[in-house]
Amino acid sequence: MGGYAVFVWPSYGIAAMVLWLNWYLPRKQHEQELRQLKRRQKGN
Amino acid sequence: MFLWFHKLGSPPHFYRIAGKWIPWLNWIFALLLLAGLYGGLVLAPPDYQQGESYRIIFVHVPAAWMSLFIYVTMAVCGAIIIIWRMKLAEVVLISSAPIGASFTFLALVTGSLWGKPMWGTYWVWDARLTSELILLFLYLGIIGLHNAIDDKRTAGRAVAILALVGVVNIPIIHYSVEWWHSLHQGPTVTKFDKPSIHWSMLLPLLLMALAFQFYYVLALFQKCRVELLRRERNTRWVEEL
Repeated sequence: MGGYAVFVWPSYGIAAMVLWLNWYLPRKQHEQELRQLKRRQKGN
Repeated sequence: MFLWFHKLGSPPHFYRIAGKWIPWLNWIFALLLLAGLYGGLVLAPPDYQQGESYRIIFVHVPAAWMSLFIYVTMAVCGAIIIIWRMKLAEVVLISSAPIGASFTFLALVTGSLWGKPMWGTYWVWDARLTSELILLFLYLGIIGLHNAIDDKRTAGRAVAILALVGVVNIPIIHYSVEWWHSLHQGPTVTKFDKPSIHWSMLLPLLLMALAFQFYYVLALFQKCRVELLRRERNTRWVEEL
């Protein structure tokens, strides 16, 4: 990276982390919500 | 077409449609991202002045564009909430806010990492940077305000007003480099009559911008589905899932 690696790669690393978090967290939350729903349905 | 839009406004219909689109959006985003990264990191030549450091723009510029685009989308939702009190607009507005805040944060951090080798500093209080920082505070304010009010319908109207008031910051961000003397460079790509960027750099930049657009829709659909389940947990359509 011509001496700029210390600036370029962290930029891409932070971008990857931000994109991954906004993709992964709602998937997990959706699964949790569905699990809670199923539990409630069994309880009724 | 009107009927299609009308149906899309219904929470159960939107939940199902979004669920069907998510796998496709995953693929489209992944392909565009790979093409953009390959073009930006491998095929594009180094800049004659900035060397390799300019490669940061392939994430910085699309992130900055998205930070503005998402806020405008939220302001449009705000207007819909106030005029028609549409429930789905509330869901879209509040689900967009964390995604918009993330892109704004990304634009600020990557800009700062580019600024250090090019300007000699990570941060200056110049018009473009400061107005972008205000945008981040607006996003955080909307999230905070929504969380502070228990009744979701009241919270929806409150954030709609804040989103509409804050939209005045968008033209300020866009034109800040023309209205004030700024360290930040002026428009490069949006000069459609004569963009001052070579196509070998412009093409991967546009691919990355398109990838980020699809990513927004993907992340938005995922967040909206969670928000809809939480809001509508006592309705029949959720119980029938």
